[in-house]
Amino acid sequence: MKTASINGKSTKSAKTATQNACKLCNPLGACLAFRGIENCVPFLHGSQGCATYIRRYLISHYKEPIDIASSNFNEETAVFGGSHNLQLGLKNVTQQYKPEVIGIATTCLSETIGDDVPMILKDYKAIMRDEAPLPIMIFASTPSYSGTHIDGFHAAVRSAVKTLAEKGTKQNLVNIFPGMISPADIRYLKEILTSFALPFVLLPDYSKTLDGGPWAEYHRIPPGGTPTDAIASTGSASASIEFGSTLEARKSAAGYLEERFGIPRRHLPLPIGIKASDRFIAILEQLSETPMPAIYEDERRRLIDAYADGHKYIFGKRAILYGEEDLVISMAAFLSEIGILPVLCASGGKSGLMKKRLLELIPGLDELDIKVRENVDFVDIEHEADELRPDLLIGNSKGFTMSKKHDLPLIRIGFPIHDRFGGQRLHHIGYRGTQELFDRIVNTVIEGRQQSSSIGYTYM
Amino acid sequence: MELLIEKGVGIMKEEIGILEGRQNQIFEKKSGQEQQFDISCDKTSLSGSVSQRACVFCGSRVVLYPVADAIHIVHGPIGCAAYTWDIRGAVSSGPELHRLSFSTDLQEMDVIYGGEKKLYRSLIELIEQYQPNAAFIYSTCIIGLIGDDIEAVCKKVAQEKGIPVMPVHSEGFKGTKMDGYKAACSALMKLIGTGSTESISKYSINILGEFNLAGEAWIIREYYEKMGIEVVATMTGDGRIDAIRRSHGASLNVVQCSGSMTSLAKDMEKKYGIPYIRVSYFGFEDMSKSLYDVAALFPERPEIMEKAREIVREEIRTYYPEMQKFKSALTGKKAAIYVGGAFKTFSLIKALRTIGMSVVLAGSQTGNKDDYLRLKEMCDEGTVIVDDSNPVELSKFVLEKEADLLIGGVKERPIAFKLGVGFCDHNHERKIPLAGFVGMYNFAKEVYESVMSPVWQFAPRKGGLA
Repeated sequence: MKTASINGKSTKSAKTATQNACKLCNPLGACLAFRGIENCVPFLHGSQGCATYIRRYLISHYKEPIDIASSNFNEETAVFGGSHNLQLGLKNVTQQYKPEVIGIATTCLSETIGDDVPMILKDYKAIMRDEAPLPIMIFASTPSYSGTHIDGFHAAVRSAVKTLAEKGTKQNLVNIFPGMISPADIRYLKEILTSFALPFVLLPDYSKTLDGGPWAEYHRIPPGGTPTDAIASTGSASASIEFGSTLEARKSAAGYLEERFGIPRRHLPLPIGIKASDRFIAILEQLSETPMPAIYEDERRRLIDAYADGHKYIFGKRAILYGEEDLVISMAAFLSEIGILPVLCASGGKSGLMKKRLLELIPGLDELDIKVRENVDFVDIEHEADELRPDLLIGNSKGFTMSKKHDLPLIRIGFPIHDRFGGQRLHHIGYRGTQELFDRIVNTVIEGRQQSSSIGYTYM
Repeated sequence: MELLIEKGVGIMKEEIGILEGRQNQIFEKKSGQEQQFDISCDKTSLSGSVSQRACVFCGSRVVLYPVADAIHIVHGPIGCAAYTWDIRGAVSSGPELHRLSFSTDLQEMDVIYGGEKKLYRSLIELIEQYQPNAAFIYSTCIIGLIGDDIEAVCKKVAQEKGIPVMPVHSEGFKGTKMDGYKAACSALMKLIGTGSTESISKYSINILGEFNLAGEAWIIREYYEKMGIEVVATMTGDGRIDAIRRSHGASLNVVQCSGSMTSLAKDMEKKYGIPYIRVSYFGFEDMSKSLYDVAALFPERPEIMEKAREIVREEIRTYYPEMQKFKSALTGKKAAIYVGGAFKTFSLIKALRTIGMSVVLAGSQTGNKDDYLRLKEMCDEGTVIVDDSNPVELSKFVLEKEADLLIGGVKERPIAFKLGVGFCDHNHERKIPLAGFVGMYNFAKEVYESVMSPVWQFAPRKGGLA
């Protein structure tokens, strides 16, 4: 009965329950995105547990205090509606945190009882109109029974822009909506944009709020984040850059700005690998009308050199990729350009677009026998793994069970990284991120070879 | 809108305010005149406060989680199952079904049309796949609202599959974590009494409220067994369905952890006439007492007490000298405690005193009035006592009281580290046993390693740059 029975006797056709989910719930993503707005407190309209579990989950990755308020439903709230609790909660959060913004996201509970949150907020503003200036309230609908955490993330970013973006004279400004990347990735992106001398607004920016320094005193809200006036100016930008292969315009911040203010949306996959990074840099060159700064030229050249130095270790290796669809898609494209076959591209998400987007990046997908699976869990992935004979697993910490059982090395990327130190400081994007990933992948293979040899080579 | 801080304890004059509606949940012990002690507790968290508590579901999940030969199915959307997958350090000596995460993963259509069929199919398939000895079905928030009759589904599946299928009524919003404990205990109560009690010794106990984090239940079990006492069931810690089913054959229930399983002990006393005692396995003092208290209840066999004394002597002889190094370094240091159950704080205060440390803040998520009264008795002057606190308050007191250490769980850890204060994880995720005599040694060592680390020299609190 031990874990050996994980695959049990079931066949794939008879699988109703989700087992060891390869996704998280919608509100988690919204809380994370709200953490990237300056002076903002994330607020979940639902039971206390949602806020606490999500805090715990995020803290275990980011190692930073993450306060998420809750409207704390009780039985009466569920029967009579959440308006009283929500309003009291907003009042208390305002009092205790003195935020500039409260980022409100729903949960399955408040969605199921049918709370009309925008209406409740309107009433609240009316009741409180004589009080000192109220915090700005950004609301995202994030029912846990639809989509995954990534949908909640994008919903929060879109609603931030929807709430705050103002029409204005077009200015030399670029919006950048990078999606769910690491704090280190965000810092690197900012560095790149700065060196192109491109004025930009990056949203959400949790590079400091979720990876900051020590405190002399407790901060109710950690310093950092995208300021609200910067979000307001997204409405007058000259272009938006948005990462995320499966992110549709109708669900995205850049999509909203394009529709509402006619700001062109430059949509591209997460820039992982040389080709994808080139594509991103080319857009920046175009927008800034300046060539790539020398430091990135050098980074790129070092990366190409590293590809050459390391290619033999990894050629023909077979990898299973799992995680958010957009991360998996971009990682698959990167692996393809270094000679690793992503034999399985799996996600708990189900945009319905994954294969289509992958085909755009890897045209020979079917011939190469690359399997693409949406809406799967870790038990499904394990089933597939039995036949796919992978050499590597690449994804978040939650693949460790599978990695241990099948004695497969796991290269940890993305979120969550709960079983290693420094997940918030991992790079994934651009030449620098690609370099880091490439080094880690090559070293994992080398280590495997070294360890499995009885000779004890000290040169590999 | 400014705060009514005067109503509180008079120590929060400065900028960090205490929410209206929370002042009565904070108390500072002072010298001199008799203080009115009227701490308010046992209530649901205030909306908009960032409580460190979880919900009803969490309470149930905490209690039942370590039952290792059962499957645990969370009926609802994916979050609740995802966030509790392999979340704790509860280990098993055999099957490990508890480390898997099962969810009916309800989707929008299920919410509209009901999730009963999906639950039924999930149950049948999972039981066929994993061959568990029982199944626990946890209701999450929306289950009652969408009208699923999980009792009926459980009954049907139990009949078809011939194993107990226990509904756990743990809708998140229907009370506090304490109600979740009760829901879990009711599910256990249905199992208890269905197994044979044949050949159970008269000198036998059940261990309740011990979840076998890092193998702690094994340590405790071994002590009692060495004393000549049969341990019928460790209940959920390294839990097995068969042991739970026959646990009504034990002569005594030994209950640790104030909140989680006292209600089960009470129910078992009522139904089966089994008396219970409350114990704690943290710290030399309470650990020893928990052995003596049990031995004292079997007076007709004096050798049990003799053996208990022998164990205590031997264990303390082993660990006490080692601990003097920690004590001499830690003497005079100050600790803040914020944990789930108040009972644990009592032991921690004593344990900290053993290593020379005083307690400047003591609080819990779920203490009741009696707990806090006792806490007040135990604490030194100036100690702040809090119920259902939040990060802002905790940080405020940690800084004001110049604590060198915070004891708490994952959510409290970053507060300590941000402020440059040592931390000891005393929650369910820890991987090092802190119970038993060896546990006290581990605890002292961990506290020492965190408090005495040279890294704090760079903390702003110690003059470093923020």
